[in-house]
Amino acid sequence: MTLLISVFAAVFVTVKWYNRKNDDMQIGILVFMFWGASLMWLVDAIFEYVELGAEYFEPAPADMLNDAFLGLAVVALALVIWVVRLLITDPKGSVRSALLKVSRKNS
Amino acid sequence: MACFTVPLVESVVVTAVEKAEEKRESNTAEQGKISTGKAMIPLSRKFKWLNGMLLGGSALLAFEHVWHGEVTPWFPFLTAMSDKADAMEMLHEISTVGVSMAALVTAAWFGICVAAEAILKRSADEAEKTTV
Repeated sequence: MTLLISVFAAVFVTVKWYNRKNDDMQIGILVFMFWGASLMWLVDAIFEYVELGAEYFEPAPADMLNDAFLGLAVVALALVIWVVRLLITDPKGSVRSALLKVSRKNS
Repeated sequence: MACFTVPLVESVVVTAVEKAEEKRESNTAEQGKISTGKAMIPLSRKFKWLNGMLLGGSALLAFEHVWHGEVTPWFPFLTAMSDKADAMEMLHEISTVGVSMAALVTAAWFGICVAAEAILKRSADEAEKTTV
């Protein structure tokens, strides 16, 4: 389930990246992050499949729910990393202009 | 158990290589050595792609290990290290799953680089055709 959610996230951000007008939003970092994690979880799934066989495709509902919860938490973490990086690098200068506006008001 | 450590270590090595390559490229550009006439993707940029996948992927996998209680914020950081049998199992997982993860990501990166060069070559050829 975590692998599935990660792959869906990877495909979604890749389509968003393909339709971008410019690189201001730095979506590329999310693309690499999700594809990297998806490939790694794919390897994990293959090893698990080799060990469990067809049983791998019949997970217990509780495990599936926990994996889905984990998948959503992973997506949230990736989005937080991306947004923090976006604010720090500030490619559009929005943070800088907001800070300058505040400091001008104070002075 | 700790499979994400292999791609993480690879990303540290790739970062070092990327920085060295960046320095070499800027030195070459300063000396004005580049100008083959063809559009090319700098190697340092390609290393950035690999690093993005390795570092991003291992960060998300590390979070998964924290979620499952396999990584802790206190020493020895990996719960499997506290027991000898678990440590052996962990090392086995690192050498099989971890190495396979790093290999697959690197192979995918190689494919991306080849595809990117092909796309660039195709657009250069198309531009050449329209000018002739």
